[in-house]
Formats: sequence, C-alpha cells, structure tokens
Amino acid sequence: MTSKVKDRFVFWLMCGISYFIVLIVAYIVFDILYNGLPAINWEFLTTAPRSGGAEGGIFPAIVGTFYLVLGTIVVTLPLGMATAIYLTEYAKQGKFTKIIRLAIVTLAGVPSIVFGLFGLGLFVIFLKFGASILAGSLTLACMTLPIIIVASEEALRAVPKHLREGSLALGATKWQTIYKNVLPYSIPGMLTGSILGISRAAGETAPILFTAAAFFLPELPRSIFDQVMALPYHLYVLATQHPDMELVRPLQYGTALVLVTLILSVNLVAIFLRIHFRRKYKW
Amino acid sequence: MTKHELKENIVKTILSGASLTSIIIVLLIFFFLIKESAPFLLKTSFVDIFSSRWVPVSFIEEHFGMLPLLTGSLLVTSMAIIIAIPFGVIGAVYIAELARPIEKEILKPFIELLAGIPSVVIGFFGLVVLAPIVKNVFHLGTGLNALTGAVLLALMAIPTIISISDDAIRSVPASYKQASMALGATKMQTIWKVTFPDALPGIVAAIMLGIGRVIGETMAVMMVTGNAAIMTLYPFESVRTMTATIAAEMGEVAFGSDHYKALFLVGTILLLLTFILNVVAQKVLKKYRRV
Repeated sequence: MTSKVKDRFVFWLMCGISYFIVLIVAYIVFDILYNGLPAINWEFLTTAPRSGGAEGGIFPAIVGTFYLVLGTIVVTLPLGMATAIYLTEYAKQGKFTKIIRLAIVTLAGVPSIVFGLFGLGLFVIFLKFGASILAGSLTLACMTLPIIIVASEEALRAVPKHLREGSLALGATKWQTIYKNVLPYSIPGMLTGSILGISRAAGETAPILFTAAAFFLPELPRSIFDQVMALPYHLYVLATQHPDMELVRPLQYGTALVLVTLILSVNLVAIFLRIHFRRKYKW
Repeated sequence: MTKHELKENIVKTILSGASLTSIIIVLLIFFFLIKESAPFLLKTSFVDIFSSRWVPVSFIEEHFGMLPLLTGSLLVTSMAIIIAIPFGVIGAVYIAELARPIEKEILKPFIELLAGIPSVVIGFFGLVVLAPIVKNVFHLGTGLNALTGAVLLALMAIPTIISISDDAIRSVPASYKQASMALGATKMQTIWKVTFPDALPGIVAAIMLGIGRVIGETMAVMMVTGNAAIMTLYPFESVRTMTATIAAEMGEVAFGSDHYKALFLVGTILLLLTFILNVVAQKVLKKYRRV
C-alpha cells in the first residue's frame, strides 16, 4: 500500500517536471507571438530601418540572412554529403575513419564564438576576405558541416543492403551502384536532415559577429565581399545597444518573431518532407 | 585501366578528399587560435595571465587576468547545470519509460522546438521577461546577474541532456526490466533501481555534453549577466563569462594588439575545455554502447 502511494507520488512529480518544460517553451513562443505580431506589417518586412533602427523595417536583415544561409548551403552541402558517402560506402573501418570521426565529433562540440574567432583569423584577416558574406558563410559552413555529415550518413544507412548487392551482382561498378541505386533513395533523407542542420545557421549570431554582420547598411550587398545585415545580429543590437528600449520594444519582438518563424517554418517543411518520403519508401 | 576503372578511381579520390575537409578544419581551428594567442602567452607570465584583474582598456596599465572570466564561466555554468540536471534527467526518464505514446508526440516536439530557438532569441526573452522577474522576486537593483544567465543556459542545456539520456535509457535491455518485474518490483522500483543505474554512464555523458553546450554559449549569456568582469561566486552578482568577453570586446580591438591576442587566448582555453569534455563524453558513450 505505502509503496503504491509512493509510486503514484513519484510518477506525478516526474510528470509535472516534464510538462513544466513544455509550459516554459509554450510561454516563450506565446510571448514572442503575442508581442511580435502587432509589429509585423508590410512596411516592416519590406523596408530598411530608419532613425538608427527606431523606425522602418528589417528587409535588409532578412535578405542578409538569406544570403548567408545560401552561401552556407553551397559550401557545406556537397562537402558534407561527399564525406557521408565516403564514410558509409567506401571507407573501411580503420585509423583514417577513426580520425575523421574524431574530427567530426570535435567540430560538433566547438563553441560558436570560437568559430567566430577562427573565421576572423582565417577568412577575414589571413585570406583577406574582410568582414563579408563570403567569410560569414564559410564560417557558418564549418559549423554546420558535422550536422550535415551525420544526417546524410543516417539517410545512406537506411537504404537496405540488397539494393546495393543486386546492382553489384549485375556487374555494375561501385559508383554506378551508389549513383543509380543508393543516392536516389537517400537524397530526400539527406536533404531534409541537412535542412534541419542548416536552419540553425540562420539563427546563429556569434559566428558572424566579426566575420559578416553589420548593424546598418544603407544599401543591399552587391557582391560576396560586402558586409551584410542579419536578423539575429539585428535583434541583438536592437535589444542591447539602443538608447530607448521601450520605444524599440515592438521592433525587437517583431524581429524575434520573423527570425523564429523563418527557422521553424523551414524545420516544419523538412519534417513533413521526411514523413512523406518515409511513407513513399518502405523497405 | 579501363574507362570505368578510371571513373571509379576519380570518384573515390574526390570523395575521400572531401572527407579530409573536417580534419583540415579542426586542425586549422587549433592552428589559428594558438597562432594568434601564442605571442601573448610567451611574453606574459603565468602569474599575470591568471591574475584577478581584467582591465583591457586603460590609460595607465592594461591587465589581462583571466581569472574573473574563468570564475564567471564556472559560476554560471555550474548553476545552469545544477538547474538543468533534474529537469533533463527526469524529463528523459519520463519520456523514455512512463509517457504514453500520445504524450511522447507532445513532449518530444516541444523539446525539439526549445533546441531550435536561436540563442539570441532566448537571450532577448531573458532580458525582457526573466530579468524583471528575478529582480522583483529577490528584491535586487537589477535582474542582470549570474542567476538569470544560469536559468537561460539551463533551458538551452535541457534538450541536449534529454535527447542523449533518452537514447541511453531506451538502450537498457528489456530483459533486465522484465526480470525485475518478475521478481515483484513495482514499475518505479524497476526504473530507479534497474533501468536508471544501467543507463547512468550514458546519462553522465549527456550531462557532460550539456556542460559543453552551456560553457560555449555566447549570446544569451552576454545579454543577461550584466558583464562586469569581477571575481565573485555570488549568484546575484553581475558576471562576465569567457564567451561574452570575446563577443563583446573583439569588435573594438586593434588587430594584433595585446588585447586582441588575449581574447584569442580566452578562445583557446574555451576550445580546449570543450574539446576535452567532448572527447571524454564520447569515450563514455562508446564504452557503454550496446549493439
């Protein structure tokens, strides 16, 4: 009897603690939606900031974040996928793969601000790219690479062995097999997993602080060597450096809402695609 | 060599070349951080580096003592982890062992959602919502202190701890639990006396990875801890972490100055700390992994 009562008590305690987390997350989302929605209008989304960020919109920051993410994808996606293909299809377990895996794990654990320092040292100063879209994208690409590799590996492993064996038995070469019989079935999974990883890059501030971001630029960037405005950096500056906090509060919430919506909607699309493709390919 | 063989070899070379990139990046990260901080390390004595005064800009004499930054990071990180552990571990046990399938469908997406919110947004939330609460509850002059930072960081560590602990708990063989139940143990007894101890190494690794995540977190902590570089272990004091120092000061330093090099040294210390945490956590995970 007593142990049953105790069990019940512990169960409800654990249940309460778990749902408390849900409550906090829900509150954060609600707070940003509730305060951010009134700030969103056509002008906010399509014009540049005016009067030091106190008026106007965030259009250049949206564009800047878009460019940075695009640049990141162009670099990191092919590299990450190629690494994953090599690791799952070609490499034999040994010293070399062990070192690669250690490198991937290490890369995944490097703090984002350290990526910022590294980008500053290598891309901005040593390679003389300056603070630019190029330097920022490359820095973000280094950061997202491990996520892409792990996601792509998982997708490749999900393709059953017999698809490879059948093709090889018919005399196809290894690459022909991968190209015709493995990649078509794993590309959707690789892409959706990668999208989830890259969407994180859109919200990162620390890596672009010294490598790409500017608080205010009169014009949109014209080349990859130009600095850009970016949503997370814009939010950071509005929230901490502006002299009149109460005045810009709606703009802060609006920027936060746009940033979160952007990331979450990309994530949702990826998740739905994943469910769709999982249903389509059932082994 | 036939045409096919040639093509095979080219493809293989390209792929293995691409997979070298990760190694090269890691080496470059270590190289550049050490390269930029080494001159400072060589010319400054250890006593000065670990002194308690961080005064990077001064008309009289600059001081680059790392101790206030180290204690700042240590204080905020340890508080954050103490807050995050009960939520993370109990949340993971509940999700893995007790939650009904429909509950999992609710709990898991919310945890993933929390992991997906950018740190600058969490920091903004902390600044606008949490800091005033902390200020009023504890009757302080300002809510921007170590405690507020720690609560935000705990929020960011919880998803990491839950997802990795969840894996560890679910990999405990069903036969262990069945044996325990068959001996007459209740579900709770089985969870805490059989499942939990067996999953413990994985949970410890999860907590270590959580610490790594928290110690390297920059934006949220920079926005709410007040950023005074003073030595304190008092939670209501304003502190400045290693990450926040780099982020706040690097924008204004002259390239190649002592200040610039000192900031790179802070980065190098941070890199080494997280590297060690990560490698040890992976070792633990690997050692106790079941296939």
